[in-house]
Amino acid sequence: MSNDKKFTELSRRGFIKSSIAAASAAAVPTVFVSNANAYVNAPKGKTVTLGFNVPQTGAYADEGADELRAYKLAVKHLNGEGDGGLMNTMKPMALKGNGILGKKVTYATGDTQTKSDAARASAKRMIEKDGAVMITGGSSSGVAIAVQSLCQEAGVIFMAGLTHSNDTTGKDKRRHGFRHFFNTDMSGSALGPVLESEFGKERTAYHLTADYTWGWSQEGSIKDTTEKLGWKTKAAVRTPLGAGDFSQYITPVLNSGADVLVLNHYGKDMVNSLTQAVQFGLRDKNVNGNDFQIVVPLFSRLMAQGAGKNIQGIYGTTNWNWSLKDAGSQAFVKSFGAEYGFPPSQAAHTCYVQTLLYANACELAGTFDPCGVITALEGFKFDGMGNGATEYRAEDHQCFKDVLVVQGNDKPSSQFDLLKVVKEVPRKQVEYPASKLGGELGSCNNA
Amino acid sequence: MEAVLLQVLNGLDKGGAYALIALGLTLVFGTLGVVNFAHGALFMLGAFVAVSVQKILTISSKVRDESVTFFEAYKETPYLEIWWGDTGRAIIDYSVPISLLIAIPIMLLIGLLMERGLIKYFYKREHADQILVTFGLAIVIQEIIKANFGANPIPQAAPEIVAGSADIGSLFGFEGIVYPWWRMMYLLFSLSIIGGVFAFLHFTTFGMVVRAGMHDRETVGLLGINIQRRFTIVFGIAAVVAGLAGVMYTPILPPDYHMGMDFLVLSFVVVVVGGMGSLGGAVAAGFLLGILQSFSSMTEVKAVIPGIDQIIIYLIAVVILLFRPRGLLGKD
Amino acid sequence: MKSIVLSTKKRDYTTLLVFAVIVFTAPLWGKIIGAGYPDLLQKFAIFGLFAIGYNILFGLTGYLSFGHAAFLGVGSYVTVWSFKLLTMNAIPAVLLAIVFSGVFALLIGFLSLRRSGIYFSILTLAFAQMSYNLAYSVLTPITNGETGLRVLTSDPRVVDTALGYTIEGSPLATLFGTTLTGYPGFYFCAVVLVLGFWLSLKIFRSPFGMKLVAIKTNQTRMEYTGFNHRPYLLCAFVISGMYAGLAGGLLAVVDPLAGAERMQWTASGEVVLMTILGGVGTLFGPIIGAATIKYFENIFSGIGDTALAEIFSFLPDAVSNLLITIISPFVGSGWHLTLGILFMLIIIFLPGGMSQGFQKIADKIKQKNKKSSTSEVKLEKDGIA
Repeated sequence: MSNDKKFTELSRRGFIKSSIAAASAAAVPTVFVSNANAYVNAPKGKTVTLGFNVPQTGAYADEGADELRAYKLAVKHLNGEGDGGLMNTMKPMALKGNGILGKKVTYATGDTQTKSDAARASAKRMIEKDGAVMITGGSSSGVAIAVQSLCQEAGVIFMAGLTHSNDTTGKDKRRHGFRHFFNTDMSGSALGPVLESEFGKERTAYHLTADYTWGWSQEGSIKDTTEKLGWKTKAAVRTPLGAGDFSQYITPVLNSGADVLVLNHYGKDMVNSLTQAVQFGLRDKNVNGNDFQIVVPLFSRLMAQGAGKNIQGIYGTTNWNWSLKDAGSQAFVKSFGAEYGFPPSQAAHTCYVQTLLYANACELAGTFDPCGVITALEGFKFDGMGNGATEYRAEDHQCFKDVLVVQGNDKPSSQFDLLKVVKEVPRKQVEYPASKLGGELGSCNNA
Repeated sequence: MEAVLLQVLNGLDKGGAYALIALGLTLVFGTLGVVNFAHGALFMLGAFVAVSVQKILTISSKVRDESVTFFEAYKETPYLEIWWGDTGRAIIDYSVPISLLIAIPIMLLIGLLMERGLIKYFYKREHADQILVTFGLAIVIQEIIKANFGANPIPQAAPEIVAGSADIGSLFGFEGIVYPWWRMMYLLFSLSIIGGVFAFLHFTTFGMVVRAGMHDRETVGLLGINIQRRFTIVFGIAAVVAGLAGVMYTPILPPDYHMGMDFLVLSFVVVVVGGMGSLGGAVAAGFLLGILQSFSSMTEVKAVIPGIDQIIIYLIAVVILLFRPRGLLGKD
Repeated sequence: MKSIVLSTKKRDYTTLLVFAVIVFTAPLWGKIIGAGYPDLLQKFAIFGLFAIGYNILFGLTGYLSFGHAAFLGVGSYVTVWSFKLLTMNAIPAVLLAIVFSGVFALLIGFLSLRRSGIYFSILTLAFAQMSYNLAYSVLTPITNGETGLRVLTSDPRVVDTALGYTIEGSPLATLFGTTLTGYPGFYFCAVVLVLGFWLSLKIFRSPFGMKLVAIKTNQTRMEYTGFNHRPYLLCAFVISGMYAGLAGGLLAVVDPLAGAERMQWTASGEVVLMTILGGVGTLFGPIIGAATIKYFENIFSGIGDTALAEIFSFLPDAVSNLLITIISPFVGSGWHLTLGILFMLIIIFLPGGMSQGFQKIADKIKQKNKKSSTSEVKLEKDGIA
């Protein structure tokens, strides 16, 4: 109790001092404000805390649960428990299996509810109360961008989870934010050649697009690519998020003269619009002498399950799939499978990799100081993590790596065998200049 | 022309669905005077009856996929298929219609339990209390479903024979009017259910007593009629209707635990626009909202008024309520 | 009702004083329940304010609005725009938020209050959902859609520029030089909360408040006496809309961001739940309800199996494992379940919300030991208006 009193006095004195740093330091009983921190939540003692911010309620709860599994697995491996997973294949690697910089890794979790406000609130809790030195997670671009800018302000690192919009490492990029997942521009570039070889150059596309930033981003990227192939774009119709029944948007497609339907939807919207489009007989149609085709540019195996048989034969892209045969992917699937009894999703993969990359960067930098970690991550080249040779580009903190073009598997050999990898599009083909997407990283913030 | 006809058809289809989803809600409000925020949960429970039936029918023999080494993946073949071959396959194929039959007793039971266990204590309480307690119940039901079935949607297929779409335009000499069989069946189904409920209330003694009870509960009670028991049955019927709407909706919308909440607001808007407690009103409002929503989503319309398809439902609700204080067919 | 009549100014001042003490010592007692960190304390204060304002409409008049989140959203957007265009100072931003949300509430209230009961509820719901849907999509130039409106270093900020202030790093709201994040942000919200509470206390005690209660009790009779109730209702609606706008403004002050989902019907529903959970029409109820729900959302949702294991580590393994198995479905990702059960229990057994529960406990204690009734208990009693 007396300790507590002392503590309030201190925090009252700190009243005028305004940074979150002072405030959050005041919130941790063992730390004294006068003992000025070099940076926010500098780990004292023998542990370091990471903050895992994933959707635990709402439409993406299953994806969030899978992310959380991956994070827990990563923590195990970092602390030298389990089989080590990707730590056996990652190159170059500075991790020693004794935590990070000798400190045992612990974690706090939060529920983003796939809402920006809730996500920021839970991230703040982990920074202010639990003392997290890094925040990671997310299953939507809006949430990722909101949390990323929060982390910039708070002075901690943000390792993005599943976020696909260009903006995360484009116009909304931040010095403190890093994304391993690919983006809509890369989806477009990867999908283009496959669409050309499968469907030809004489096609007319019709877009149904979720009416928010990610949807627009993807619509733009796919339009760009397909129009370069010589395709025409008949229409691009915006649909409300969470519309449920998309029939009123599908009926106009029937006689529009288009022969490809591009569904720029994700999650539940994708499951619903695809199911309904197939029900309307679109795939049985023949327009302009072409078989009608449906394309879903961003696939997620977890979500694709909800569409059942309707995804068979449909093309899309994905960041990673468990069926890959490289050593890294195998190592990850092996330890995840052993731990949980089923294969990891792409969300789990990206989250796991992000955690290891962060830890590795801390080892390289020799500190948890965000400025040092950022320097270590910028331009970091690595391999053996399941996506081939990869680079964290310094200019926009986007990872560049191979992208998978996949197709819904029409002869699944098991309940997990939903996606067939059609092509591993090499990294060179999906690269773009950092200036293309604009944005400003800002400077590192360790005040 | 074809485009307009298609949208009309789509509007009718949507309207039928909206009316059916809202029917139970208006029935409960009209008879019991209870604002039931758990109505969406009943709709969702119906859908999960279908999911469970499918799960049971497709209990499978599992053959390990040897190519997968790091975890256990199985190639699954339902026992029904192994035992009875094509017959078994056909039974699985018809899992949604079978679920319709199974859903009736299950939903009736759930409805009766809900009324006896909870709702009956809230007849005399304020609407706000009813809303909170049924909302709490909806959350609890939803979380239980999530704990058992996960958060992801679970696909349900319509029987193969009606899974595709019909070229119904050719019947009337139009080209290119193709519409899914299942959606047309949904329309017919909802019309017949609505008709059935209507007939039940208007042409049976039971219905007449219930309607009399709606008007003047005490007098009916004084006549020595156990009105309470009848109201319980009405609640059970409302639950069945909501559940059947849910089962029928599964091939259109792969169900997930949250679908009830998603449809809750919509069904309230339908009921209020139609007039709380009015069956005819719910039907009229359902079709009105369906058709207008369908047309407002056309590119041509959206070009003139951007974003109209996002708000049309609410806009209609506002306009109707400002000009007709008790909704389309509501009485004071 | 009785306490309104009996209330004296002196008692009101005591109530206010006790309330202020409780609010300002929140960082202390918050720590005991694991809520002693700035963000959650800010949320307590802000949503408490939101619920207090909502209670002026719902608690006094009985009009159940499902659209108050729209005013909260407007307040947030206006505040962020004020940060972007004028100055990072919080005062003008918050004032603008109140003004704009007041105007918006006047418009919506004028239309919605033409109806009552569930029809009124649906009208407000419809307006709020329209605002939300448009903010998410078509109005993106104003609202920045899904991503949310944020303050950027490159924004003009004419007043700040004219005064020669420059921003280093991320732009944060200030109060004449003090940055309003962390604890300073909380104390700023706390001061506003206490002021808001005082105003609501005044409204409850005023003839205006009495008239509102009279409308709730028997509207028809009021009409027969030739009393035009609509201006009073509208006034209550606008006041509660302004409270919501203020709360939205404060949200943007402590964290300069405004997102569309703040306007969704579920957000409106949340304030209804807060108010009912705590106790409709009571002075303290809404704040208790707001704090409870935010506590669940932020603390309960973060408790995982490992945290449980730590809590029960003093017990033998078998017992602690058993407890963890029993409890874990209700915490962490199961926090919704606990909340749902809580709603049901409260409304079934304590129709007057949690403050009725406290009242009951207080009465019990009083009966047992009349002399030792503490001031805190008295306070709860006062809270039941």
